[in-house]
Amino acid sequence: MSQLNGKARVFGDNLNTDYVISGKYKFKTLDMNELAKHAMEDIRPGFYDEITAGDFVVAGENLGSGSSREQAPLVLKAAGIGAVVAKSFARIFYRNSINIGLVLVEAKIEADEGDMITIDVEHGTVRNDSNGKEWSIPQYPQYIRDLISSGGLMNRIKEAKRCIGSR
Amino acid sequence: MGTISEKILSAHAGTDVKAGDICVVPVDFMMSQDGTTGLTIKAFRQMEAKAVAHPDKYAIVIDHNSPSPMESVSNIHKEMRSFAEEQGARLYDVGEGVCHQLVPESGNVVPGNVVIGGDSHTCTYGALNVFSTGVGSTDLAAALVTGQIWFRCPSTIKIVYDGTLPAGTYSKDVVLHMAKNLSSRGATYKALEIYGSVIDDMSVDARMTISNMVVEVGAKVGLMACDRKVSDYIKARTHAPFKGVEASLSAVYDKVIREDLSDLPPQIAKPHEVDNVVDVDKVTDVEIDQVYIGTCTNGRLEDLREAAAVLDGNRVAKNVRLIIAPASKTILLDAMRAGYIDKLVKAGGTLIAPSCGPCVGTCNGVPSDGEVVLSTANRNFKGRMGNTKADIYLASPATAAYSAMLGHIADLREVME
Ligand code: SF4
Repeated sequence: MSQLNGKARVFGDNLNTDYVISGKYKFKTLDMNELAKHAMEDIRPGFYDEITAGDFVVAGENLGSGSSREQAPLVLKAAGIGAVVAKSFARIFYRNSINIGLVLVEAKIEADEGDMITIDVEHGTVRNDSNGKEWSIPQYPQYIRDLISSGGLMNRIKEAKRCIGSR
Repeated sequence: MGTISEKILSAHAGTDVKAGDICVVPVDFMMSQDGTTGLTIKAFRQMEAKAVAHPDKYAIVIDHNSPSPMESVSNIHKEMRSFAEEQGARLYDVGEGVCHQLVPESGNVVPGNVVIGGDSHTCTYGALNVFSTGVGSTDLAAALVTGQIWFRCPSTIKIVYDGTLPAGTYSKDVVLHMAKNLSSRGATYKALEIYGSVIDDMSVDARMTISNMVVEVGAKVGLMACDRKVSDYIKARTHAPFKGVEASLSAVYDKVIREDLSDLPPQIAKPHEVDNVVDVDKVTDVEIDQVYIGTCTNGRLEDLREAAAVLDGNRVAKNVRLIIAPASKTILLDAMRAGYIDKLVKAGGTLIAPSCGPCVGTCNGVPSDGEVVLSTANRNFKGRMGNTKADIYLASPATAAYSAMLGHIADLREVME
């Protein structure tokens, strides 16, 4: 999993969590596969039907601003989005994504709808295979790298509880 | 030594924490609401947890979709009630109010605390010198289990608002102006510290309007000083001991913004971004269909007072619906006693339960296609109030009330001279 490939689904700046999944749906169900059908509905109707598993959301600045709803990254994951590449992320969305294991890449890449993108986690690069350009990805701080490698916050807590339980 | 954030996080971590450091800190209070508690409980169960570490520090609030308009929501509310019961957590049920009013109003937090909530506007309590911020459901569940959370200590932008606000301009106008200047991502990952004579002159309620909206510029927290007004507010609500936290003189800031707001006109945020802000006189030709006065931003007693003063003895324009939701039951009762509700309803207003109301598009006033709403809330995103074909403008309660009367966005300074 050191390399991820996906087709770019391009969005602009300030793609807020209301747009990722509208507030009115989060009361309908906690079934993310159901909610996923409404992903991006207010800003790009029909988006869910266009997705092929593994596609990347490629966005501009401030992706995930607004509401703290964790449904936003969960819905993208459930919709089959393989990774999210954005110029910058809003902080709650960033945390939530790490916690639930959605791959985030912060890089100012240039991509058009449908371009093939390769993320190389090991070498810290993201490449647009369609235009041949490559960008480097900033490293996460150590604490967050550990969190990711333990499989997210959920697993971290479960593990810690087991340790305490066995003491 | 350091900024307010560095000092609060250091005191909690038990070690020196500087901007950029990651620390693990105990949490003094937590909250979740009906849009986030379901997922929080799910995550809590997935963590194979049995008990909330400190149930006395956890409140569950039914406010976002309240009273329930449909079966699926009723079932979420039922699950929230039984989780609160099972865990011994505090439950604020239907009709008690909006989470960000109830948490401080009931004396749950004091200056210097670290507070998290499953709602992005948890930053509201920054006005009370509390390091408080919104988190997702997994973070919240983990904190419920462990009593702790990790933070990257934010760097800080210091803002100083000098001068005196002119008549007709309120704290809402100040924060809309701030959003315009900083932009919706101007403070991402950062803390704000907000000072100046403009803030000193404000009531605690008015200050909360500003801290409430710092998330709209991406900030993690929007901290203000613990002055006499804050101390009095807290002491009227709890006997818990506290000590305000001040930044050191040597604190290092990312930048310092100093501005005199003595000439600030009433501000309006236009669709569909909170930072799309103009002076009110640029949009007085915009006709409106619905006005909403309420929310965690502007549903407090003095907001209702200002709106009632404008509408006293007048009527809202034909074809305008005015919806009013006090931010809590306590506020509702106070506003009734003070005669504000009487004036607002006689002027044509519709009173709904203390709750989020139509703010997030779930119930109680979803606009129809092509309609224009003027709201005192904090967000005007497309579809926010439940219809992507409606336009939402944001304003102060006084501007909202005056506009409701005239049927278009209006500049209330014309009757204030
Ligand atoms: S009033 Fe609106 S912004 Fe405030 S907590 Fe409720 S839904 Fe969120």
